[in-house]
Amino acid sequence: MELNVRLYALYRERAGGSIVSVTLPDGATVADLTDEIRRQIPNLAPPEVKVVVAVNTDYADSDMILQQSDDVCLIPPVSGG
Amino acid sequence: MIDLTEKTLDPEKITAKVRRDSNGAVVTFLGTTRDNFEGKTVLTLEYEAFDEMAVKKLEEVRQELMAEFGLEHIAISHRIGTVGIGEISLVIAVGSPHRKEGFNACQKAVDRIKEVVPIWKKEVYQDGSRWVACEDHEFSPADQHSTKSHPTRER
Repeated sequence: MELNVRLYALYRERAGGSIVSVTLPDGATVADLTDEIRRQIPNLAPPEVKVVVAVNTDYADSDMILQQSDDVCLIPPVSGG
Repeated sequence: MIDLTEKTLDPEKITAKVRRDSNGAVVTFLGTTRDNFEGKTVLTLEYEAFDEMAVKKLEEVRQELMAEFGLEHIAISHRIGTVGIGEISLVIAVGSPHRKEGFNACQKAVDRIKEVVPIWKKEVYQDGSRWVACEDHEFSPADQHSTKSHPTRER
């Protein structure tokens, strides 16, 4: 499946664009997604930093299985308020 | 009761939403933009949001607080876009029968918003800018074997 993952804030700036396309096998998890994105964008975040993912407007666990129809984005450390 | 907007926030209007004859207390918090960070002058702030999820999370925080403190009237408005120094970026208004729950809920609301809502604040200086809570952890190849933990959110 091909997912168009939206990037916000610092991740968007580091990636040089607001969308990154990833191709993953069926049954791939959120962890697989972040691994693949890190391969494409090595400077996204330091290796020991956990990249937070939102799927369909909810924070997703790394073992969550992705579907083609999912809305996926990366959430850098938040700083609202 | 939840608002995410680029328009100037009006604390009076937001506070009015939680006024009821059954409430003996109204506690209002204003988050305002500060002009300095570690000795640097901040010229302006830019707030970015994942709008749909931010509204959803603000509502979840509101529901969570109403349940925890037994309250019925909480309003939260967060401003996004460019916010000038000294302006209001966040208003939380809590109406409560008694003041103790009002104060506690309002304080917790600020903390929870800062933890879970997908909104990002960028400080703009004379000579650059930074995304708050992010760039204190600059990436470098030397970090590959670092034992640094994920940056904690600054208050």
